[in-house]
Amino acid sequence: MLRVFGYWLTRYRRTWRGSIVINVLNPLLFLIGIGAGLGALVDDNAPAQIAGVSYAAFFAPGILAAAAMQNAFLEGAAGVARAAGFGAYRSATPTPLRPEQLAAGHLLFITFRVLIASGAFIVVMAAFGLIGGWWALGALLGATLTGVAFAAPAAAWAVGVRKLRHIDTVFRFVIMPLYMFSGTFFAVSQLPEWIRPVSYLLPLWHGVELCRTLSLGTATVTGSSVHIAYLLVLAIGGFLIARVTYRRRLHP
Amino acid sequence: MVSEHSLVQASKLAKIYPARGSTAEFHAVDGIDFAVERGESFGLLGPNGAGKSTTMRMIAATSPISGGSLRVLGMDPMRQGPEIRARLGVVTQDDYLDNELTVRENLHIYGRYFGLPRAVIRDRATRLLDFAQLQEKAGDQVETLSGGMRRRLTIARSLINEPDILLLDEPTTGLDPQARHILWDRLFQLKQQGVTLILTTHYMDEAEQLCDRLVVVDHGRIVAQGSPRELITRYATREVLELRFRLDERDTAAQKLRTSALATGGNDAEGRVELLPDRVLVYTADGEAALATVHAMSLTPLTALVRRATLEDVFLKLTGRSLIE
Repeated sequence: MLRVFGYWLTRYRRTWRGSIVINVLNPLLFLIGIGAGLGALVDDNAPAQIAGVSYAAFFAPGILAAAAMQNAFLEGAAGVARAAGFGAYRSATPTPLRPEQLAAGHLLFITFRVLIASGAFIVVMAAFGLIGGWWALGALLGATLTGVAFAAPAAAWAVGVRKLRHIDTVFRFVIMPLYMFSGTFFAVSQLPEWIRPVSYLLPLWHGVELCRTLSLGTATVTGSSVHIAYLLVLAIGGFLIARVTYRRRLHP
Repeated sequence: MVSEHSLVQASKLAKIYPARGSTAEFHAVDGIDFAVERGESFGLLGPNGAGKSTTMRMIAATSPISGGSLRVLGMDPMRQGPEIRARLGVVTQDDYLDNELTVRENLHIYGRYFGLPRAVIRDRATRLLDFAQLQEKAGDQVETLSGGMRRRLTIARSLINEPDILLLDEPTTGLDPQARHILWDRLFQLKQQGVTLILTTHYMDEAEQLCDRLVVVDHGRIVAQGSPRELITRYATREVLELRFRLDERDTAAQKLRTSALATGGNDAEGRVELLPDRVLVYTADGEAALATVHAMSLTPLTALVRRATLEDVFLKLTGRSLIE
């Protein structure tokens, strides 16, 4: 598994500078644009609606979790499908490595990428005074877990995908709508009552809630445990399925 | 020929892909027997879709067998895949090199997959780059290499674990003649060093150059086996006369030839006439004499060529089809 991780790191060495810049710039632009711009509008007009904090403080952990999801999904789906079709998996298949190890090593690397990106995001949040102390570390782990919970099932599915446009379709019709119904930009309590139970079932909602409560310092042991358990089930379940689907694709 | 020491032993080996949706069950490999001995250069010759690559994948322990039995290096590929793969070198049809990494990095990564220590990889990489004549390219990105260089790098990469058997799937397909000859030269050198080679090809000249022994595969079954010379002696005549006719003359000429003594043998026991879309082949012990007979029949071919029989002729005789369509 570490040998496979080593391969992905070797590749990453070529591009890490650019990707770190993107990792920092992205949240910076988001927080300035939406946090300060839209935030000013929200804070002036409806200050009581969102847990009694500034819109920026509310919104930042939401987009932190959603960005972790998006990065993890893209690397876990498109990255895996490419590696399985004509990339790294193909060259590693004739070696002693087992398909399960290829899955584990790649997922470890994706976890690492999400950790770096989320870390950069949290540093920017801290610079805006939106998070601080040990809570920041908690939010970092929460965001990373959110990423893994998406990456593992995505990889399990994508290793068998032969047309990359299918990934595009899933991104557009599954991942993007999750943003809207998981409390990323606004609290789920602002949605119509009948739709809320659906939100509570969505994986991103658990990620967002976990990160937000940790970041605002309002986390409870019970609440966080539920979110963590939910995300862990997705991550571990995804990996167990990936063990089967990787073998099916790589050792036909 | 099958012995305890065979590196590969296949008996009634089969690969069946189950029916899926609209595609019916497919017998890619349909019960084949063969054995490969140490130091031997063994070939699987056949057209595309004959089951060569599938057989290679089963030997490489990257595709489970569906029937019969298979032992590779005395082990069971179904249960000891990683142990077998650790001792094989595999050159697949597509090279799957990492374009974004350098030549040397590609070797390094691959060596790490085998769990080799960095220092060992460094030493071997230097030697292998010499062998593959890629020393000057060591630091270049793989993207900049030519087709022939890529293939040589793939072979160098497959040798990083000093394998007991080297598996080559269509090693020269898609290369220009010069690159093919360089590659053959490298493979021949490996053969001289005693490396056991198993290769698939649909080029008969390649099989003749590189294989001590080969099986001819068609539709997942073995239709003949032996050394290239044996096969040619057994299934073809010593010489072949190739004739081309003007389009409007072709059919009548072919008709005449097929009913002539050349086709039925006459005093030439092995004599035979084959019609291909673009030419007529006359199998005979004496090409010049056959050509004289053709002229005596007042036929005037545009071109006439007498050549030695090749594996292509063997394949045509065995399957009634040409190897490369």
